[in-house]
Amino acid sequence: MKFQPVIGLEVHVQLKTDSKIFCGCSTRFGAEPNLNTCPVCLALPGALPVLNQKVVEFAIMAGLATNCSITPTNIFARKNYFYPDLPKGYQISQFDLPICLAGHLDIAVGDQTKRIGITRIHMEEDAGKLVHGQGGGSGVDLNRAGTPLLEVVSEPDMRTADEAVAYLKKLYQIVTYLGICDGNMEEGSFRCDANISVMPVGSDTFGTRAEIKNVNSFKFVKAAIEYEISRQCELIEDGGKVVQETRLFDPNKGVTRSMRGKEEAHDYRYFPDPDLVPVVISNDWIKRVKGDLPELPETKFNRFLTDYSLPEYDADVLTSSRPLADYFEQCAQSCNNAKSAANWIMGELTRSLNDNGIAVEKSPVSPVQLADLIKLIDGGTISGTIAKKVFEELWKNGGEAAAIVEQQGLAQVSDTGAIETAIDQIMAANMGQVEEYRGGKDKVFGFFVGQVMKAMKGKANPAVVNDLLKQKLAG
Amino acid sequence: MSINQHEIEHVAKLARLSLRDDEKQLFTGQMEAILAYVETLNELNTDGISPTSHAVPMENAFRPDCVTPSIGHDRALANAPDKNETYFRVPPVIE
Ligand SMILES: [Zn+2]
Repeated sequence: MKFQPVIGLEVHVQLKTDSKIFCGCSTRFGAEPNLNTCPVCLALPGALPVLNQKVVEFAIMAGLATNCSITPTNIFARKNYFYPDLPKGYQISQFDLPICLAGHLDIAVGDQTKRIGITRIHMEEDAGKLVHGQGGGSGVDLNRAGTPLLEVVSEPDMRTADEAVAYLKKLYQIVTYLGICDGNMEEGSFRCDANISVMPVGSDTFGTRAEIKNVNSFKFVKAAIEYEISRQCELIEDGGKVVQETRLFDPNKGVTRSMRGKEEAHDYRYFPDPDLVPVVISNDWIKRVKGDLPELPETKFNRFLTDYSLPEYDADVLTSSRPLADYFEQCAQSCNNAKSAANWIMGELTRSLNDNGIAVEKSPVSPVQLADLIKLIDGGTISGTIAKKVFEELWKNGGEAAAIVEQQGLAQVSDTGAIETAIDQIMAANMGQVEEYRGGKDKVFGFFVGQVMKAMKGKANPAVVNDLLKQKLAG
Repeated sequence: MSINQHEIEHVAKLARLSLRDDEKQLFTGQMEAILAYVETLNELNTDGISPTSHAVPMENAFRPDCVTPSIGHDRALANAPDKNETYFRVPPVIE
């Protein structure tokens, strides 16, 4: 039997606020356990939550950027369940009136565009963290309790693991562009639950789904979904039945396994939280947030095509993150040669950044330094080969491209006298090849260019070398 | 609306309460009476009235995104029944 997988994703986006969603405790990651806590996030009796306005603004931004409608009246609800990382015995979340509804994102699948529906986005608080192996028990750290989250729920519109990853990357790109999430997946700032089912090809009834919890890298999402699809297909082919359950992905073994003991969990008895008054979002407020939205990846991509005449591939790579796009724009505007800036950034710069594990915003070579280097090439002062050496020098020791060229005597030689002398010497030493060339073997020309450049230590102007060689070899 | 003992058992389980059989019977009757009383609200015509989530006519109570001092782990743990270093300690949780 052939199966059709059906995938929907729930993504938890940790918002980049300074303070928690309902209290003034810091959201800083990595503090000593329970340091950033107060009566509100510890759930001490009588403590009352007060909503952080920035959380609402960030949620509106996310909704506008994902084509959602913004709900005018928002209610917070209590989601009741017991778990040691949840001090109140309920999580403050949104239920029937989430802040954003009915949006979508377009992803690229091969050379097609596919629209993935977004069912809803709601605001909620994160739980604390459990640490195991605490002298026969588990440790509870409530620093994270009350950290603001957006939960972004997609429609079950994805059919392959690759589509799921493409959707996730798109969403990631948007929330990091918006600056509402720091995007640190290792610290859990962007994590994903995947709902997966399979049905016979041609069927229109979805199969029973399993939910895979908390997968926190694009690579693991792909592996977890692929494993789960094949597990379900094999199970059904062997006459078994998929049960609705929560599963965990084990990245070491590459498998998902059942999380037992949460069988009665889906009865959360949601009800409006009486401690939090409704949040009413006016059209003016939405307009104001819309006006302040940064340029989004798609718009930037299109602008790069028109403003800088870049090929689609370049525009796509350069808009993959906001810092990279900013770097490119500063460099291109400073050197007035967008294509060359794009090539250098996607080539030498990206390679050096990757090799050293450095983010582009921390690049030791600034956009202006790189632009100055490109200007030297465009002005004919140095060749592309020499420029790579200068770039290495800039990377290691900083400074200015022009000064490095000057100090190290790297300027290109266009002086015909010096080049002619070199050519004469090389022709004299290689009379055999000269005869071959004159006998019609054009390929030997490359040999001479190489020899001349070598003799000139790469500093000869290639165009001048070509012209002079042709003249002299012609005899 | 009538409520049966099975529902009482379900709610008790969700609330982590263990009830004796006679308690289950007692609460089934009491819950039924409470729900029957609340049921009288259904006699009112609520057409065109949006659901009430809050009794206080107030909206948009916000605080700015500013960090205020926390109480720190020593005070946070002062009343903890059990702790280890600066963690609250609970019975082992298996995931
Ligand atoms: Zn707090």
